[in-house]
Amino acid sequence: MHRINITQAQELLRSKKLSSVQLTEAVFSRIDQVEEKVQAFAHLTRENALEQAKNADTRIAAGEEAPLLGIPIALKDLICTKGIRTTCSSKILDQFVSPYNATVTEKLIQAGAVIVGKTNMDEFAMGSSNENSHYHPTMNPWALDRVPGGSSGGSAVAVSAHQCVAALGSDTGGSIRQPASFCGVTGLKPTYGRVSRFGLVAFASSLDQIGPLTKTVADTATLLNVISGKDPRDSTSADVPPPDFTQALKKDVQGMKLGIPKEYFTGGINPDVEKVIQDGIRTLESLGMKTVEVSLPHLDYAVATYYIIACAEASTNLSRFDGVKYGYRTDKTDSLVSMYENTREEGFGEEVKRRIILGTFVLSSGYYDAYYLKGQKVRTLIKQDFENALNQCDVIASPVAPYPAFKLGEKLDDPLQMYLADIYTISANLAGIPAMSIPCGFTSTENLPVGLQLMGRHFDESSLITVGHRFQRATDFHSKEPSL
Amino acid sequence: MSFDIEHMAMLARLKLTPDEKERISGQMKTILEYIEKLSELNTDNVEPTAHVLGLSNVFREDEPAPQPLADHNPISDSPAHFKGHYEVPKVL
Repeated sequence: MHRINITQAQELLRSKKLSSVQLTEAVFSRIDQVEEKVQAFAHLTRENALEQAKNADTRIAAGEEAPLLGIPIALKDLICTKGIRTTCSSKILDQFVSPYNATVTEKLIQAGAVIVGKTNMDEFAMGSSNENSHYHPTMNPWALDRVPGGSSGGSAVAVSAHQCVAALGSDTGGSIRQPASFCGVTGLKPTYGRVSRFGLVAFASSLDQIGPLTKTVADTATLLNVISGKDPRDSTSADVPPPDFTQALKKDVQGMKLGIPKEYFTGGINPDVEKVIQDGIRTLESLGMKTVEVSLPHLDYAVATYYIIACAEASTNLSRFDGVKYGYRTDKTDSLVSMYENTREEGFGEEVKRRIILGTFVLSSGYYDAYYLKGQKVRTLIKQDFENALNQCDVIASPVAPYPAFKLGEKLDDPLQMYLADIYTISANLAGIPAMSIPCGFTSTENLPVGLQLMGRHFDESSLITVGHRFQRATDFHSKEPSL
Repeated sequence: MSFDIEHMAMLARLKLTPDEKERISGQMKTILEYIEKLSELNTDNVEPTAHVLGLSNVFREDEPAPQPLADHNPISDSPAHFKGHYEVPKVL
């Protein structure tokens, strides 16, 4: 029962073969069974969820139809939920309860979703392994001694281990796609501006975007329909009317052009991962897609550009955490400044501090032009690379990460190595384009999931959905399960 | 380029432990060396990107909107408040 996806749940709930309370209880008994092993959640909202499920059953009985009516969904713990803690897996927000809902939370509730809990993450979404949580790490369900990826690792694990039917995460440099790849689920970062960021605790405002983590591409389309659209409360949300993304599921890929960026297949890629990706590309060719080689010449500069821009924005965004208005405050309060300094020293974890320091440096007097302005200029070059490449093809295919899930602790002492884990994903954030990870196969040695990344033009999530869905109709990687 | 961890910590209002200062300083050196590779690129005639879709100012009509938090007193969210005011250590 807990194994079902959104499409199947909709069908069972509508035909009254299953009630939302039954489904929600099944999901929680699954959580009881596996949560100790994987630790996907920062905190659960069991009572609230059962209340919402009862309410959904009443609405279903009254003949109401809504896309997520009665369906258990998990939210990454940086998406604000009124009356429920939103911690960002940080000590500084440990007891924080938002007085309002994020726009996406409101949209989910309106669509009838049952919120099962808030998923664990790298603190303030800073990390690629979920090890930077103040609470506990999260384990990969495919190999419990490995990381699930990050920073939306909790959401990816909750979907992969069937602790929810679908989840939302956020992606600033790959934080949806990389854990989706490591855990064998589908994850989409929409176009920048497609989904409102109101109520998403900000990490890097010009890069952050909320998106779905699901069991199938069809579910991604359903969830994207619910959360997309212009929001007057987020001035960076785009005034571009979203199409019905489920229409893209009906289209064929025959004749569509698939761009293969040559720079993504040189150097540090694990040969096992490369083979899975090449096989995936061949599958898409056999389904009627035409491959063309494209070039993204500035790939090598993406990580450096990203860490300048993301840390600069983070250092300013996180200046609001000062122990005055909300959140944690230190006991050491000799003076106002020492209260700020001690609150932030005690409240933030080391990765957050490192990024605040880096961001402060690149914005500081004398270094702004050399680092921050330079980074913004290189961002333009990276964006132009994608515009050129996407003039020659409809969708670009690449690996999501250079390797499969790595061991817990393996990269913790080497921040630069951890940053380089994002090399294939961060360009899409810098360019603002939509990008998706779909399960593409498993490594031959350790049977770890590998994701294929599909990237498209601004606001053309539909093409990614068309290609991803066609791939999932021809393959069964997305329905393989970890044994827990 | 000179990286002064004390100065950065002061600007960022972070009181780092001596251990953190040493470790983060060392890591910053590696990270900044890596970032230095951007200087290989000539960007003289390149415009910086602040917003990927080129959006600039976004305006709305200056009309009162519904106030969803009208009955919420934000001061009650504060870790230290007294008689409806934020409480902070002495400033002067």
